[in-house]
Amino acid sequence: MSLHIEKTVGENAVIILSGRLDTTTAPALENILNEVLPCAKTLMIDLEKLEYVSSAGLRLILKAQKAMGKKGGMKLRHVPDNVMEVFTITGFADFLTIED
Amino acid sequence: MKQLSVEAIVQNIEVVTQFVNTELIANGCSEKARLQIDVAIDEIFSNIAQYAYIVEKGNVTVQIEVKDGIALITFLDEGTYFNPLLVEDPDVSLDAEERSGGGLGIFLVKKTMDGLKYERHNGQNVLTLTKYI
Repeated sequence: MSLHIEKTVGENAVIILSGRLDTTTAPALENILNEVLPCAKTLMIDLEKLEYVSSAGLRLILKAQKAMGKKGGMKLRHVPDNVMEVFTITGFADFLTIED
Repeated sequence: MKQLSVEAIVQNIEVVTQFVNTELIANGCSEKARLQIDVAIDEIFSNIAQYAYIVEKGNVTVQIEVKDGIALITFLDEGTYFNPLLVEDPDVSLDAEERSGGGLGIFLVKKTMDGLKYERHNGQNVLTLTKYI
């Protein structure tokens, strides 16, 4: 079980996640967010190859949403069904901007 | 019934998940149910690892039994009394700015499993998940 992260740092930041975003892997994403968020005006997170997200991952998505909400905004794209179910149950689907 | 005992540290979530997945796959579990169970394992085991043994280290025993298409997964620990079913559900109608990010784990488990039972038995926390697989 692992999480692979690709990132583009800058004003229009991109993060591509594949694998599992959970208690064990969340610290790696937190480090990337700490690097990406300060200089990003927009942030796109691609979740196409994310197998699942647990509450440890939700905390980071919330952190990114709070940081980017004040700037140009954050978008999530290619959200798999399993991950979308978690966003729906927790009400995250109501405030996240999700694209196909 | 099969069981595995490991130290209650988050680094052991992976070995527990693999142990449970092996049984689920051998019993024809759907991928959707398996991924939901994997999330539940992450939530419950990380809770035990972070809160049950504050003073001294301890173990978690994970048991799995599959019968008639139903998986029963039980977590036993000898840590501090903690009944996750008594944790108040988070308000999922709040906007991002109003949220703290806490309390979502057990809530997710409650919503994705078919049953959740807690007992305090012989000084142990015994939490059993039921899931149609």
